[in-house]
Amino acid sequence: MKSQWEILIVDDEEVMCESLAAWLREDGYRVDTAFSGRQALELAGHSDYAIYFIDLKMPGGMDGIETMMNVRKLRADASVIIITAYATVDTAITAMKEGAQEYIVKPCNPEEISLLVTRIIKVKNLQRENALLRKRLEGQYRFQDLISKSPQMQKVFHLAEEVASLRSTVLIRGDSGTGKELVARAIHNSGDRAAGPFVAVSCAALAETLLESELFGHEKGAFTGAVSQKKGKFELAGGGTLFLDEVGEISPKVQVDLLRVLQERAFYRVGVSEEVKVDVRVIAATNKDLEREVREGRFREDLYYRLNVIEIALPPLRERRQDIPLLVAHFLEKIAPEIGREAPEVSDGAMRLLVDHDWPGNVRELENAVERAMVTCRDQVLTEESFAFLLRSNGSPWRVPPDMTLQDLEKQAILAALERTRGNIKEAAANLGIDRSTLYEKIKRYEIPREPHN
Amino acid sequence: MNRLVLMSVGMVDPDMLGCVAEAAARQFGVDVVCEPDPLDPAPAWDQRRLQYSSSLILRQVAECSPPDHSKMLAMTEVDLFIPMLSFIYGQAQLGGSAAIVSLARLRQEFYGFPAEADLLRERARKEALHELGHTFGLVHCADVGCVMALATNIRQVDIKSESFCHVCRALLGEAGLSKAEQGTYSNHEESMGNPDR
Repeated sequence: MKSQWEILIVDDEEVMCESLAAWLREDGYRVDTAFSGRQALELAGHSDYAIYFIDLKMPGGMDGIETMMNVRKLRADASVIIITAYATVDTAITAMKEGAQEYIVKPCNPEEISLLVTRIIKVKNLQRENALLRKRLEGQYRFQDLISKSPQMQKVFHLAEEVASLRSTVLIRGDSGTGKELVARAIHNSGDRAAGPFVAVSCAALAETLLESELFGHEKGAFTGAVSQKKGKFELAGGGTLFLDEVGEISPKVQVDLLRVLQERAFYRVGVSEEVKVDVRVIAATNKDLEREVREGRFREDLYYRLNVIEIALPPLRERRQDIPLLVAHFLEKIAPEIGREAPEVSDGAMRLLVDHDWPGNVRELENAVERAMVTCRDQVLTEESFAFLLRSNGSPWRVPPDMTLQDLEKQAILAALERTRGNIKEAAANLGIDRSTLYEKIKRYEIPREPHN
Repeated sequence: MNRLVLMSVGMVDPDMLGCVAEAAARQFGVDVVCEPDPLDPAPAWDQRRLQYSSSLILRQVAECSPPDHSKMLAMTEVDLFIPMLSFIYGQAQLGGSAAIVSLARLRQEFYGFPAEADLLRERARKEALHELGHTFGLVHCADVGCVMALATNIRQVDIKSESFCHVCRALLGEAGLSKAEQGTYSNHEESMGNPDR
């Protein structure tokens, strides 16, 4: 294991370089020598040396400290051992301040130098092993942008990987915020269509006529407001994947059109009689009980079977609580650079609170909570206090009027969120811990005016 | 390689040379011959360190190497150093032809104890086999009992055994050495056939 590490000895005295190199080579290390700072930097540019032995006093140009500083600019994780013939406290302090890991006075005891090198290499071996394990673990718990170690999600990863290269329609089911679009993107990115476009449409966000033209495009003048020709999402997704989110929300008319595209792989633009052929893989998603919708006549059975060729069910976060620490760590790392700070740690108490929380808005709500805590708490450790807002929303002390239904309550929450965000749908959805399409759906269902704050 | 040439740098007790030669012949399965004329260590004297430069002596020893690719092992009573280290027990050319072992710090007297001839011979054999192991390309072994284990103090020299662990032995086999216990040691004063000397 020793031979994988390389050492560079920098000293203007050739005999010093060569004899130490020979001694270290007997220990199994690969050792190079440089007789000046300039030569050392040239070598450092090509090889990743684990340890640099640098003589403090070198005549002409770069001395040991300057060489070390330049080496560390090139190789920040390299360990530097400064060698000097005369020990003075000042030079030792300067060397250590500028980043030397050790400082030795020559000649030194063989035991001392052997222990020094062994100790540094031991740490480097651990660091390398750590990085390797981390990578392996990440790979194991990761499928594209999805992270999970729960058995249910591991099954989802396997299934998604298996179906990635097929053309069959996939139906992804799961509550709001469970990552349906991420799974769709992961399938797209791991399959043959990865080079093609991934186009997402939220079916809940658009009225029937708009959805029709959104999906299939329209000809100029096809309807009022159609001032120019427009390509539909099916055409835009040609050669790639079309993701139909909230597919349970589409009207009977669009259901027929969609069924036809899935059967014929062709469609008509609104206002045009000419058929357009298309090569698109459809991935649909819903948080609705589609079987019930079919039974109650709101969703076409034939379309249901066309969509539900391969079904992927995503569990809610409360059913895979073991993923919460993993996801929190991921969000801390992801959000930190976005808000310009270092990723903080999370105290044990705060992590317990996060693991115990019910997360009705699932992973999206967790991400929002982590972001909110990181923005509002600038300390290096996020504590239970940083996540106190979860407790307030969980164990609410306010009283619900006796005649209030759950739907009334939901409507009130939406109105309040829209009020707070001055009608900003994206922000309101984030605050509510649901996604935008779900919010649109609920706004439609509760007939909430779009700009309540006005 | 079928021959090891053993020489002394300065005066070394012939019994000591014989003891090391026998051990080398046994362990490496090679014929060992002793070079009668010692090398003079004087040019390697360092007035500042009050020691002898191992690198300079090793270079001199290597220059004596005959053209038949024999290994050269030098034994000396003088205390050796390399510039970076305060002392060394021995030095070798890794995968090369020459090695040197100093007896100075293998003696009990160096540490203020009464002389122990048997212990000195044991330590000398270990260090000689260790340095010769380096000339066959072996690096330090993690097995503390193996003769190729690194020794930076006398206690570590005493802990290790006089034999190679099975891994180092296998590596010696790969280096082209025949099985042990085939070599001979002859103390004749034949010429080494080196035209330079």
